[in-house]
Amino acid sequence: MSSVRLTINGQARELDVDPEMPLLWALRDHLALTGTKFGCGMSLCGACTVHIDGQPTRSCITPVAAASGRQVTTIEGLSTPAGRAVQTAWVDLDVPQCGYCQSGQIMSAAALLASNPHPTDADIDGAMAGNICRCATYVRIRSAIHKAADALAAAPE
Amino acid sequence: MDFRRIEDPAALLRGTPAELSRRQFVKLTALAGSGLTLGLVVPGCSKPAATGDTSAPFAMPFVHIAPDSTVTVLSKHLEAGQGVWTGLPAIVAEELDASWSQMRVASAPAEVPTYGNLAFDPKGRMQGTGGSTSVANSWLQLRRAGATARAMLVQAAAAQWDVSADEITVAQGVVSHASSRRKASFGELASAAAQLSVPAEVTLKDPAQFTLIGKGRLPRLDSRDKSFGRERYAIDVMLPGMVTAVVMRPPRFGGKVASFDASAAKAIPGVVDVVEIPRGVAVVGRDLWSAKKGREALKVTWDESAAEKRGTAELLTHYRQLAGGSEALTAAQRGDANGTLARAHKLIHADFEFPYLAHAPMEPLTAVCRLRADSCEIWAGCQFQTVDQVNAAKMTGLRAHQVKINTLAAGGSFGRRANFESDYIAEVASIAKATGGRYPVRLVWTREDDITGGRYRPLNLHRIDAGIGSDGRVAYRQRVVGQSILAGSPLGGNGVDATAVEGNAADEYDLEDVSITWSKPEVGIPVLWWRSVGHTHMAFSKEVIIDELAEAAGQDPVAFRLRLLGKHPRHSAVLRLAAEKAGWNQPFAGGKGRGRGVAVHESFGSVVAQVAEVTVSGDDIRVDRVVCAVDCGIAVTPDVVVAQMQSGIGYGLSAALWGEITLTGGRVDQSNFDRYRVMRINEMPKLVEVHILPSTSSPSGVGEPGTPPIAPAVANAVRMATGVRIRRLPFDLAAARKEQKA
Ligand code: FES
Ligand code: FES
Repeated sequence: MSSVRLTINGQARELDVDPEMPLLWALRDHLALTGTKFGCGMSLCGACTVHIDGQPTRSCITPVAAASGRQVTTIEGLSTPAGRAVQTAWVDLDVPQCGYCQSGQIMSAAALLASNPHPTDADIDGAMAGNICRCATYVRIRSAIHKAADALAAAPE
Repeated sequence: MDFRRIEDPAALLRGTPAELSRRQFVKLTALAGSGLTLGLVVPGCSKPAATGDTSAPFAMPFVHIAPDSTVTVLSKHLEAGQGVWTGLPAIVAEELDASWSQMRVASAPAEVPTYGNLAFDPKGRMQGTGGSTSVANSWLQLRRAGATARAMLVQAAAAQWDVSADEITVAQGVVSHASSRRKASFGELASAAAQLSVPAEVTLKDPAQFTLIGKGRLPRLDSRDKSFGRERYAIDVMLPGMVTAVVMRPPRFGGKVASFDASAAKAIPGVVDVVEIPRGVAVVGRDLWSAKKGREALKVTWDESAAEKRGTAELLTHYRQLAGGSEALTAAQRGDANGTLARAHKLIHADFEFPYLAHAPMEPLTAVCRLRADSCEIWAGCQFQTVDQVNAAKMTGLRAHQVKINTLAAGGSFGRRANFESDYIAEVASIAKATGGRYPVRLVWTREDDITGGRYRPLNLHRIDAGIGSDGRVAYRQRVVGQSILAGSPLGGNGVDATAVEGNAADEYDLEDVSITWSKPEVGIPVLWWRSVGHTHMAFSKEVIIDELAEAAGQDPVAFRLRLLGKHPRHSAVLRLAAEKAGWNQPFAGGKGRGRGVAVHESFGSVVAQVAEVTVSGDDIRVDRVVCAVDCGIAVTPDVVVAQMQSGIGYGLSAALWGEITLTGGRVDQSNFDRYRVMRINEMPKLVEVHILPSTSSPSGVGEPGTPPIAPAVANAVRMATGVRIRRLPFDLAAARKEQKA
């Protein structure tokens, strides 16, 4: 165990954990930020996606020490315009079914729109293929990303 | 899952398996009338239920109304994505004339018969979710609940305003008396209404007057929490002092702990306990990370004397022998299949193979248990609440009524969470017991535990002989070889396991000469219902063979099916609708590698037809478009029906294209999503169109019926595109090509 300093959703946090512990478990088990989900633990499903310095990152294979000194954003702290637009579109189109994958889907989609405001279907495939949804909500995920992109484009700067 | 009716579920809870084996699986032929008259409210009683908003002044078993006018519907069913947390409140809101914005939902406690599943048993002696029965069995029950609450609110208003109840109207959550211009909200009337006796009879709406049910899109009640990371699943439960456990289970099914050495595991920082339980050895840590590292360090010696050591190859060899042998039970028999086959001039002989499949719900199985001297509390995505309650009681040495079940949203299930041993819930209870109730325990299955953990859709082999005589008469003979799901469970018996052969050609087509037989191999791999159960394989071979027969007869696949569906008007109607919406009668904009195929199938009381369009390049199959038509009776929340069809299609495509659990020497070869491949967004058809057939019949299932037709529709499309028949799942076009040449 040793002390790790993190900035999570804009707040400085200090944790006494194994520095090799994946960020996912530090967030969930030690900071009670349970919106970020565990699906595979091997970077195969995307359920654990968070933003580190704005980049979508699989927290299940990121040692907590590697996030030290960087800005970590979880679904609980997602507040960028792209993030808000994605969440609004998700609710409007009733994307979630069981909902378990959706934090990760939303974090990936928000990161996509932040870097690419007008993604094509192929762009969406590229950015979202790492996020599994066993309920196969993919048709609506695709529609919601387009809808969020349109909403962002229409919003006054 | 497709047990629809349990003759005596009380027996599940008290008997030994031997005592129960005579209990027969009874196929429910009609949901309507199956005891739905069971009163949901006891006249004169308005006791609050155990969960939900107990501070609500108006608290009936299914409907609570709070002073702020929010109406909370208690869901007796598990929400695992299928939308019951929207569909069930919609039924209540309709009869209550509530506004949708005031509706809320909460899980009901485990309590029978109040919250029993009336499709499993008209007396409601078992609470559980499955067989796509949630809306169907709640339909009249919740309409009555809504109408009863409405009548009581009206009565309270009539008394307060000193007017006749007949002159009072209710709309959008407002109770009004027009001539005196008085209005009240539900919240304002709730306390007074709660004092009234419950009317014994209420009048239900004429469905023609429905304003919510079947009317376009009602927003899901769970979308917001699920889009903001706020839905709480079992894996998110945090209790003071809680520890986390993982279990080392035997590497082969049927293995047992011989001995174990916990010293290295206990040396891992954060590990607090290592205990043996009936299913293996549990490592308990202060967090999941330490528990997992502890498990890696644990040394267990297994007693594998009773373990299943065969692999898939050996099992299939055995299955082929069974298919050629004489030992089989008759599942369906009509006319003279053998005689007609002997005279047929076009003959098809085919073996179909279907692998074991894991459900792989997105949330790995998780449950939390807090054990005290005289009570136990469970938090989980419970699918068989009262069975889980009894199993937790057994493991902890308590009585069932001492176990409180908190049913949380499940991160998917697809059947996995419903089993008579309550596997993961029994495990967490046994860990809590073995650790003396010192701390609340959360048990997490890792993805590897889930994929290798068994309870799979059974491996199946179908041997089919089909033919057409010169008079056009079709003969169909099928031998099904596959494990029984119900064997060993309280629903098992000596006869045919209906879940092994459900949705067969005898039931689904007007065939005159048909014979379906079943052989049951004894295999030590635990199996379970997997989204649409026996229909997952029965629909495939049936719809592929029917297509081949159409081709042999030189007829269009839709026209050929319609000819054999004269006594199946619902099948015919959805097939026509799907064909029309897909433009079946227009020339197909084909081109190289393009193909189009169709399939139709009834399951869980609903009929679904799908037309799939594919592009095949090399040996790669891409599904471009799916047109789906469904008859599910009255579609309570049509957008949820659409979502379930889309979901069933995606789930079925995963299995068609990639899904397989294989075993080598009794050990499972796959362990995570790298080798257990599932559908991703880039592989999902870009176009999935769902058309709901208008209906005035009572609602039937939607969670499962979207799955069975998709694999055969795609296989038939691939045949059109390539000339290759696919008879083994998951599809391997290269292998199928080779076999066809050989
Ligand atoms: S849990 Fe991290 S990618 Fe699956
Ligand atoms: S909504 Fe269930 S896994 Fe995506």
